[in-house]
Amino acid sequence: MIDFTFTEEQDLFRKAAREFAETMVAPRIQEMEESGEVSLDVVKALGEAEMMAITIPEEFGGLGLGYTARLIALEEVGRVSCAVAMMLQVFALGIEPIVKFGNNEQKKKYLPGLATGERLATVGVTEPTGGSDPTGGRTVYKKDGDDYIINGRKCFITNSHIADTITVLAKDDEDPKAFSTFIVEKGMAGFKPAHEEHKVGMKGCNTGWLIFEDCRVPKDNLLGVEGKGLRVAMSAIGDVGRGGMVGCSLGVLTACLEEALKFANERVLYGKPIIKLPAIQDKIAMMKLDLEAGRLLGYRASALQDQGARCDTEFAMAKYYTAEAAQRAAKMAADIHGGYGCMNEYAITRYLRDSFVLGPSAGTSDVMKVIIARSAM
Amino acid sequence: MNVRKIVVCVKAVPDPKRASEIRIDPRTKTLTRADVPLVINQLDRHAMEAALKLAGEVGAEVTAISMGPPPAAAVLKECLAMGAGRAVLLSDRSFAGADAYATAYTLAKGIEVDGMPDLVVCGMSSSDGSTEWVAPELSVFLDCPVVTGVIGLEATGNAGLKVSARLDNGYRVVKVNGGPVVLAVTRELNTPRNISFSGIIKARKKEVAIWNLERLGIAAAAVGQDGSPTIISGMRVAESTRKVQMIEGTREAKAEELVRLLAAAGVL
Repeated sequence: MIDFTFTEEQDLFRKAAREFAETMVAPRIQEMEESGEVSLDVVKALGEAEMMAITIPEEFGGLGLGYTARLIALEEVGRVSCAVAMMLQVFALGIEPIVKFGNNEQKKKYLPGLATGERLATVGVTEPTGGSDPTGGRTVYKKDGDDYIINGRKCFITNSHIADTITVLAKDDEDPKAFSTFIVEKGMAGFKPAHEEHKVGMKGCNTGWLIFEDCRVPKDNLLGVEGKGLRVAMSAIGDVGRGGMVGCSLGVLTACLEEALKFANERVLYGKPIIKLPAIQDKIAMMKLDLEAGRLLGYRASALQDQGARCDTEFAMAKYYTAEAAQRAAKMAADIHGGYGCMNEYAITRYLRDSFVLGPSAGTSDVMKVIIARSAM
Repeated sequence: MNVRKIVVCVKAVPDPKRASEIRIDPRTKTLTRADVPLVINQLDRHAMEAALKLAGEVGAEVTAISMGPPPAAAVLKECLAMGAGRAVLLSDRSFAGADAYATAYTLAKGIEVDGMPDLVVCGMSSSDGSTEWVAPELSVFLDCPVVTGVIGLEATGNAGLKVSARLDNGYRVVKVNGGPVVLAVTRELNTPRNISFSGIIKARKKEVAIWNLERLGIAAAAVGQDGSPTIISGMRVAESTRKVQMIEGTREAKAEELVRLLAAAGVL
């Protein structure tokens, strides 16, 4: 029989992540919601709690715990704050290409600082002309002696203004079919984060533009093989990015179910708590069903990922299902709250706004269906 | 006083956050815990924090000890992940149904078998029992002093320990010049650390030792329900209901009647 249980150690990881989220993240949520700004205290705490070190190999200062542990951590952080889970998940997107494709010098230079949170990472792939289809991007590079010169603009980049280490995808100026990936560092001449974008939800998670104007990058910062950069970038956006969104979505799903249950048990109508009403129970049942189904899809994909097996379709299915389910759950939980579900004092309105952002991140539901259909055809 | 060895007594209790799921068995008068998971008693986390902080300062070894059923081992694993060097679970069917006295006796025997420490740290009370008796009774069985209500603890070099303990209208300072001594700590003492991922990884190499009645070398009649001088003769669930009562009359009469009703209900 297949064993669907978490190990004792994985249960402890969950407990540790939950404790962290409830003690270090929850007290900052109101401030993040009101200001819309990243809480640097939370970022510092994420580093101290070794949250960025989970998938980094031990030899480079990480914990080497793998992707199931990462999914557990993201689910627990996302249960408390989807914005912080999103920030955390995208740190890993900047880290993964260096782990998978970096040479030893690059790993030694960047990974220890990224593991402690001393350096923060992101990945720059999406552009106004292409996200899920990165070949539509217009950011270009050309060789200049031992350096590369990058020109272009990226948008919808999570952690755009706080990241120190950015994995950037660009197209060969002379060969539109050749892409390369570079490690761009904060402070490099010609590089700057620009417009800060304001999302409908996930307040406290920074998103914005990255501008490259004759940005000179030394050849040592080329990640992987020149001309083979699509594979490098997609290693981040693909399984790790979608896996991360599954964690964020499961967190929102859990939070919606918990808040809905709490409210439905306390709210009395017709002389009894509304949880006794079949219409409310129907919503609770659907949320619970979606949560369990989403967990099965997500943790199966992460188990495959830990084994080094192919899991792109599995993560596409899990990402599609959990993001859609989180949106459904947020709507149902808001409905259960009645008029209170429209009041910002209630966390459910935050979940509703956050759930909306889950959809397009790391690929829309429609793009997920394209991936799923391709595997079935 | 050189503190070399610290023992922390911890109890696995049903998660207080899920207290509403805990029921009282009307026949046995015991708590029916259903599927409520066991967690470290919150005050015992403060005890762990105090021990780990002190151990870090003076270079002592911390051992966590608990009496409970086999699932309580998971709670001791948490103690190992927090930083305890060793963990011992005292577990035997004959230990079941122990009151505070029999619990303290069993814990004392476990501590003696392990070798007397310089310091024993306990939480003041447990969230499920709340007797506050275990630490003082433990000190009797270990034949050593006890300080309860601990709100401050610091090492003062060779001079020993400076312990602050709360009183009704202030606090007292106790200088501990020699061990062993039992401390019962309060939540005011510190903020317990969170379990870290690397702590969990380090705990992979640490085992929870399980000791039964035979290992402790004591009689079955002295432990568990048989060894308990007190029994729980009854337990009741406090019922809370809502009641609406409309008051008629003039504004003044309604106010007077409201005050009378609130006073009669014991609210005023």
